[in-house]
Amino acid sequence: MLNDSACPTPELTECFRKMLLIRYFEEALSDLFSRNMVGGTSHFCIGQEACAVGVVSAGQPDDVIVSNHRGHGHLLARGLDPMRVMAELLGRKTGYCGGRGGSQHMCAMDLAFLGTNGITGGGIPIATGAAFALKYQERPQIVIAFFGDGASNQGTFHESLNMASLWKLPVLYVCENNLYGMSISVSSSVASGTVAARAPAYNMPASSCDGMDILAVRDHAAPLIEHVRSGAGPALLELHTYRYCGHSKNDARLYRTREEEAEWHSRDCLDQAANLLRERGISQAEIDAIKQAVNVDIERIVDEASQQPYGDQDHALGGVYA
Amino acid sequence: MPDRDAADPIYFSKAVNEALDEELARDASVVLMGEDIGVYGGAFGVTRGLYEKYGPKRLQETPISENSFVGVAVGAAMMGLKPVVEIMFMDFIALALDQILNSAGKLHYMYNGQVSVPMVVRTPGGAKGGYGPSHSQMLSSLFVGIPGIKVVAPSTAAAVKGLLKSAIRDPNPVVFIENKRLYAQRGDVPTGEYCLPLDKAIVSAKGQDVTLFAYSAMVPICLAVKDSFAAAGVSIEVVDLVSLQPLDRATIAESVGRTGRAVCVEEACVTGGVGAEVAAIIAEECMDCLEAPVLRVGAKDVPIAASPELEKFVLPSANDIVRAVRRTLEW
Repeated sequence: MLNDSACPTPELTECFRKMLLIRYFEEALSDLFSRNMVGGTSHFCIGQEACAVGVVSAGQPDDVIVSNHRGHGHLLARGLDPMRVMAELLGRKTGYCGGRGGSQHMCAMDLAFLGTNGITGGGIPIATGAAFALKYQERPQIVIAFFGDGASNQGTFHESLNMASLWKLPVLYVCENNLYGMSISVSSSVASGTVAARAPAYNMPASSCDGMDILAVRDHAAPLIEHVRSGAGPALLELHTYRYCGHSKNDARLYRTREEEAEWHSRDCLDQAANLLRERGISQAEIDAIKQAVNVDIERIVDEASQQPYGDQDHALGGVYA
Repeated sequence: MPDRDAADPIYFSKAVNEALDEELARDASVVLMGEDIGVYGGAFGVTRGLYEKYGPKRLQETPISENSFVGVAVGAAMMGLKPVVEIMFMDFIALALDQILNSAGKLHYMYNGQVSVPMVVRTPGGAKGGYGPSHSQMLSSLFVGIPGIKVVAPSTAAAVKGLLKSAIRDPNPVVFIENKRLYAQRGDVPTGEYCLPLDKAIVSAKGQDVTLFAYSAMVPICLAVKDSFAAAGVSIEVVDLVSLQPLDRATIAESVGRTGRAVCVEEACVTGGVGAEVAAIIAEECMDCLEAPVLRVGAKDVPIAASPELEKFVLPSANDIVRAVRRTLEW
């Protein structure tokens, strides 16, 4: 798909840069894990970068975003300061949530980012409630709610889509279908085969597309966003994508084949975007320069974040009640 | 303000209704959500008349989807609304526990103060003669020990009105426990504007010999027990805990410091109950003053049987309280 008018080259270049930022950021995070510099666990979105960047770039900068446990891509696509995201992952006080939230509980209200969420499907009703408030307050923004195929089997998905449709709430539900909810495959867990097939039951429009193709994501997101913003009610977008890594950091990926992984790697979103840029006359040297600049940024981000202070006991024990 | 004579007692349910009415009128960001709260007026008639007065925008009737409509309230609260959610029977709150536990109670802390969640979950707990195992339980103790939420369980019409108004105005999530039996009890309620503090116990009756700590529908039963002992010259203090989280440690310690004897009374199961927490506070604060072991009276650790004739064996009775008072006096 080559649609210059929907995505002018400077915008496509910016999308490419953001996808690179997400990938290099998570690769750096993975390295920090291997050096025992990060606690707990983390859910990488490497492979899925076009989903976050494509949908967020198709919306407005003040549209409200609600994310899930695999949220680093959404955070960076929205434009949070990567250093403060990394500081949060490293548990530092200057991180977005002061080290209290970490990977799965990070928000930035000043950027209308209502938070990543550690409960599968837990963010879907919150996104629906945020849309309820936007409509109640007669504000022009919409909500973009990211979740995975696994969350679409939670009651909250079905209950929330039902209410959002009945009440014509301004929310775009975005399912990043990466084929596995931890280890269970979509074919073993989603009776309808696809998540988009569930939308007609809730009387809302849906579409699905290749989530490895940044232009396809933008092209499919844009009309649904327009539908939602017009006040006509919610919509559902299903993006077919793949996480290259395991579910979390301790996953040997026994439930899928290396051949399947290779097939998805061959359609890598960054490679596809680089090809598009070359087709539009961007030279390999320019592309390499973008990569080099992001790499330098990441080194600085990790370096700065690693030097941030931890909170003290008062910070750990205070602030439970408003 | 309500158009009625201040000298006429009103039903507990009407006091709740007045609090909702006044807060809806006062603050456009207050929105009611729940099942059958519209023309039906709520399963127990608590929201009667409000739909006609404020319309569908302010009273959002929901499908039967407890977990998600509580989650909707959380999201709406994060964006500046003040949702007041009704859970028809407290037993059904199990369906919404995830959003109360993992979202409402944690967001302010885990998002480092960037958001607050000013919402109220109103729900009637307790048994009322035959509703059976899934419609009768007092689940108050489930919510004590979830940091970030407040838990309130008033016992009188006057208290429920002032406390609900405070709960709606509070910037934190509040689990507000009403009671099916209390709905039909009447009490004097001021006609003027008033709010009551969410974290203060109320001394319902002053006494010197033993303190009964109770909340919700057990308070009037404790007051009756107090009266029954008066003829025998036993002076009982009744403390209405009101706030189950946080517990009012100062009032608990002050009372037992004077009486030296305590019985904790509640409709929830004894095991893991609020009374156990009160007893622990007394052990921590009042060891030197105690004249007898702290005793607990509550529901037996048994589901609430449907037959009213069986139900009465499961629930704590006035006689159970009398026996506990005698035991602590005779120690």
